[in-house]
Formats: sequence, structure tokens, C-alpha cells
Amino acid sequence: MVANRALARVAVAAACLAAVPALPGGVAPAGATTVQVAAAASVEPALRELATDFERASGHRLAVSSGSTGKLAAQVAQGAPFAVLLAADAEHPEALEKQGLAVAGTRVTFARGRLVLWSAQPGLSLGPETLRAGRFAHLAIADPDVAPYGAAAVAALRRLGVYEAVAPKLVRGESVGQTFAFVKSGAAELGFVALSQLGAAAVGSRWPVPEELHPPLLHQAVLLAKGKDDPAARAFLAFLVSEPARAVLRHFGYTVP
Amino acid sequence: MSPLLLTLRLAATTTACLLLLGTPLAWWLARTRSPAKAPLEALVALPLVLPPTVLGFYLLLLLAPRGPVGRLWSELGGGPLVFSFAGLVVGSVLYSLPFVVQPLQASFEAVGSGPLEAAATLGAGPLDRFMSIVVPLARRGVLTATVLGFAHTVGEFGVVLMLGGNIPGRTRVVSIAIYDRVESLDYAAAHRLSLLLVAFSFLVLLLVYAGGGAGSRLRWRPR
Repeated sequence: MVANRALARVAVAAACLAAVPALPGGVAPAGATTVQVAAAASVEPALRELATDFERASGHRLAVSSGSTGKLAAQVAQGAPFAVLLAADAEHPEALEKQGLAVAGTRVTFARGRLVLWSAQPGLSLGPETLRAGRFAHLAIADPDVAPYGAAAVAALRRLGVYEAVAPKLVRGESVGQTFAFVKSGAAELGFVALSQLGAAAVGSRWPVPEELHPPLLHQAVLLAKGKDDPAARAFLAFLVSEPARAVLRHFGYTVP
Repeated sequence: MSPLLLTLRLAATTTACLLLLGTPLAWWLARTRSPAKAPLEALVALPLVLPPTVLGFYLLLLLAPRGPVGRLWSELGGGPLVFSFAGLVVGSVLYSLPFVVQPLQASFEAVGSGPLEAAATLGAGPLDRFMSIVVPLARRGVLTATVLGFAHTVGEFGVVLMLGGNIPGRTRVVSIAIYDRVESLDYAAAHRLSLLLVAFSFLVLLLVYAGGGAGSRLRWRPR
């Protein structure tokens, strides 16, 4: 027992020592830069592919943090070390620019998103009637206070005149990412998610919500103040509107301007 | 129901369930020599170690209408478990389990078998022995378990975030409401709720420390 404990102590000490030289390895080597990107949860699936392409082409690396646009913007306002923001709306990038937290003149609309009513159960015919009939226990949306897709879902529900009726059944994901998980797991039968999350091979049933039911989901990217002098961050913004990137975005269901 | 009231209701319900379920479990763990003791103790302690997200993730899958527990529950006539108060109670009971079982078990073990055997030779039945010897001798442990179970549930966040769906009046507990307000940059509301929670938690602990005297000190260490 005593010997065991002594051995364990030696092992812990050895592990600590071994970790010390490993620490500087976590920092990017000089030359190649790591760009800290804050991305709306709906953009994340496409960004994974975009990041691979960008990293291969440029030699830089992307470190992506994803969440609801509102939450990311709040983090930027609190000094988060992001160089680029990919938002699922235009309002937050605009507000950040006004507050001097984003570099003026770098805002660019890189895509327009599509809201989808989705169920993980295949073979359903979904549409406005589904919402009016109300034969479901839970309808998942993203938190409309911070997530543009949540705000769009609420707008569409109001336009369809069913918001009051479904309000007691609404469950809110903290971002459209969690909303997607609620529906994917079957915990909620239905949910409003982003078309870009479904991918080509997504199972289940879907109804792409007509875009006239809500304000357009314009997605803007912006260079943040912390990325002002970072050529890699600027390179990524330029890449985002290049033809190869647009092709990827189209593939994920975005309308590309 | 306001987030604060909902939180108190959740904590009270959870604590009651935990005392009901945890007491026999802790008693058994304190007395048994079964080989199942160590694995069970490890299971009980798991929520101490696991991130709440792991619990929340598996509960979401288990409790979903098509998940094994959710399906069984609805066949028994229960309503949906996910995104409901009942689901939060299930999650909180698991999440706070070690905080109730471990102090109970420790205090039951401290009672030892001597007084119980003496009482048995005097003709006291098992229930009598438990109520008139174990409960008074272990009251510090019971109080500690109650306070820790309650307080830990009030402080719960991750499981509810994964399982609750942020429904006002039903699953939007105060920790979620605070997170919500901070995310929307509504710091005034976040302050109101946070300060309320700080004051409330301090008062509860103050009552325990001051009210019960030396006998009720929270002297609990993770085992």
C-alpha cells in the first residue's frame, strides 16, 4: 500500500514533468497563424469544410468557436479574442462596427440562410398545416433573443397566425445547434433549424419555410478589432467570398449573393 | 412561476425524493459486506466526477419520447419527460445523488453496530432501532445531506440546459434565466437574479451554521 502510494506519487510527478515541455507545442509555430473565428452555430457544418479548404490553400489554421450569433457578439463586446465573426444576421456585425469592435468597411454578406421545419421522423408531410393542427408535444426553436434562426422562426409562426397556439409547446435551444440536437434526438418531434445543418444526407422530413414569412436571414462576416492587423484573418475573409468557398456554401443549401 | 420559485420547487422536490431513495441506499451501503458495495459506491459518486453535460446528454436520449425510459413512462401513462418539470426532477435526483447519499452513509457508518446490537438484545425491532437510535445519532448527517442536496440542486445548470428547453414557468430555473439574460446583454436582470441567489444561498447556509450550533456543522468531505 505504502509502496503503491509512493509509486503513484512518482507517476504523477513524472506526468507533470512530461507535460511541461509539451506546453509550448500548443502554440502555433511562427509563420503559420491561427485565426480565431467566432461562427454562428448554423454556419458551423459548412465552416468545417471551408476550414479544411482554407487551411490547405493558405497554410494558416482556423480555431472555430461556435454559438448563437447574439452570444458570440456579446462575447466580442466583453473582449473575446476573436479575429473574425461569421454571423447569421446583419444586425450584430453592424452593431459591432458601430461600437468600434469591428473594423469599418469589412462587413460582407457571404450567404443567405434558409429556415426549415424539420422532424427526425421520415415520411411526414410537413407544412403550415402541421403547425395549425398542433399534433405534437414539443416544437423546438432557437432562443429568439440571441439566435437569428430563432427570431426568424418566431416571425414565421406569427405570420402564419399560429404563434399563440404553439407558444406553450415551444422549447428553446440556446443556439440553433442545440435546437438541431433536440430534434435529432427525437426529444422534440419538430423544430425550426437551418437548412445548412441538414446536409445532403439528413434523414427525416422537412419543410423549407417560404422566405417571405420572415425577414431574410442575411449572413454577414466581419473583421473584428482584434484581427485588424492579422493578414491571415483578412485572407480568410477574402477566401469566404471566393468562388470555391461559394460553391461549398451553395452545397450546404445557402443562397450565395 | 418565476424562475426563483421554480428553482426552489425543483430543489425541494429533488431533496424529498433523494431523502426517500437515498436513506435506504445509504443504510444498505453502510452495513453491507456485499461485493456489490464498491461498484455501487462508484456509481453513486459518478455525478461528482462527470461533467453535467454527460448526464444531460444521456438523459436527453433516455427520456426522449422514443428513448427507452421515455417510452416506458408514456406507456405507463406519464406525460413527456424531456422539457418538463418531471424530467428536471429525474435529472436533479441523479445529479445530486452523491451529495445526499455520501453524508448519510458516513453518518450511518459512524453510528456503528454496538448500540444497535445492544438495543436488539433489549428487544427493539429493526424499525424501532432505526428511528430511536440511528436517526438521532445520525442527525448531523441527515441535515448535511438535506442542505447539500437542496443547495446543489439550486446550483444546477448543465443538466437543465441540456434537458430543459428553457420553458418559462416550467423549466426555466434561475441559473438558466441568468445565463439567458447575460447572453442577451441584459445585465440588470442578470444582476437582480444573481444577487437574489447569492443572498438566498448565504441565508440558507447561515441558518444551518448559526441555528443548529455545533451539532449541525457542515462537516462533509468527498470520500
